[in-house]
Amino acid sequence: MLWVECPNCGSRPFEEYRYGSVFPVTPAAVTDPDARNVDYAWMQDNIAGITLERWFHEAGCRRWFTARRDTTTDVFLPVTD
Amino acid sequence: MNEFVETLLDLPWQTCDPKPAYDVVIIGAGGHGLSTAYHLATRHGITNVCVLDAGYIGSGNSGRNTTIIRSNYGIPESVAFYQHSLEMYQQLEAETGCWIMHSQKGQIWLAHSVTTARTEQTRALMNQAMGAKTDYIGPDEIKRLCPQIDLSGGGRYPVHGASYHHEGATARHDRVVWAYAQGALRAGVHVFQHTPVTGLLRDGDRVTGVRTTHGDISAGTVISAVGGNVTTVADWAGVRLPIRTHALQAFVTNAHAQEFAPIVSSNDLVFYVSQGPRGQMLLGAEYDRFASYRQATSFSYLQSVSKKAITMFPFLAKLRIMRSWTGICDVSTDFSPIMGDTGVPGFMISTGWGTWGFKAIPAGGEQLASLVATGSAPLIEPFGLDRFAKEAAMADPSSAGTR
Repeated sequence: MLWVECPNCGSRPFEEYRYGSVFPVTPAAVTDPDARNVDYAWMQDNIAGITLERWFHEAGCRRWFTARRDTTTDVFLPVTD
Repeated sequence: MNEFVETLLDLPWQTCDPKPAYDVVIIGAGGHGLSTAYHLATRHGITNVCVLDAGYIGSGNSGRNTTIIRSNYGIPESVAFYQHSLEMYQQLEAETGCWIMHSQKGQIWLAHSVTTARTEQTRALMNQAMGAKTDYIGPDEIKRLCPQIDLSGGGRYPVHGASYHHEGATARHDRVVWAYAQGALRAGVHVFQHTPVTGLLRDGDRVTGVRTTHGDISAGTVISAVGGNVTTVADWAGVRLPIRTHALQAFVTNAHAQEFAPIVSSNDLVFYVSQGPRGQMLLGAEYDRFASYRQATSFSYLQSVSKKAITMFPFLAKLRIMRSWTGICDVSTDFSPIMGDTGVPGFMISTGWGTWGFKAIPAGGEQLASLVATGSAPLIEPFGLDRFAKEAAMADPSSAGTR
């Protein structure tokens, strides 16, 4: 079973958490304002690797936090900023 | 007929290495890739075609689904497309001479609340208007079709009614892939297994071929029929996709007497169950909520689906989980497939197959082949990638997992 580090509750089982979303990033190469809107509304980076995303500790402290995760292994990594 | 009655499978593999150039190169030898190649060769006489796969044929999502064929979707364009596919499945054994173990079972889509019952009534009417055979039925008829059901839903999920999709069916996933592979190979298409594509060849904007572990291959048209890793392939062409990759899990139990006739789905509980040809009960539900490329089964999933299924079908409690599997599926932002041109010359795509790809294999391949050969494919016209910029998204409330 996967264990995930919550900044408030410490290490808790994965099932307690709910996925929020990744931080949407529209590529700088998309310059047309309409195209940027379409990209923001619909397109996904869908990275196979390490992503920065928001998770919600639903069955715990019920607070949102930022997580770094490898989508190929589902392993959570320390957030560095 | 059962699964142990083996029919002779004849796959006449080419003996040469990949040629330096083909008219069409298809990335991904799953159902959609091979169906596209098959239809290019048999309907349009385009046989200078090569299909490449990183693994063996059908080793991706074509081998990791729950083999349900249905057309009871929630928007007219989808119903028209999937109904055509369903009808092609009904003819596939006659057309290819391959036994795909097609079995028409009928699908019962349960409603446990007045609101859902209304949704199912709407679905039935809309399906009928678009030529799909779906009726709204009451609890008595449900009990007649499926005596194992507990109509009280364990006291908590009473059955108000259901939409009944008469032509709901299943087929053997490998055999569908093999049928199209055989037809394509016999027509002269080259299919290379264990040949991963590592990049695309570009000439300015245009995609002119693929880079593989067995050398470069140039192509008039490159089609991505990749499942799971489509974003990587699209990135090579500079195409942004409205796709997020999720894991989809399913499992089968040990064998049970052959007496469970239909496919049963529940809208409110979110699970479905059918019985396989060996007597195994097949259970599935929605895809995992978080994006992931990891093909892993989780204990919590097995537990939650089992609990839901036992609520409706108490006899399942006596069975054991024998085998589970997980595919990674490309879920589009509007829950409809994406097929056709990408805006990059020489590069076409068939993706967004989320949890509804298997049933679309015949029509998806047929329509994409038609688009390549003639430039026209009316059934998939609404499903182009350009629909998002045109504010014409195909949000489908009845595709699986749309909640």
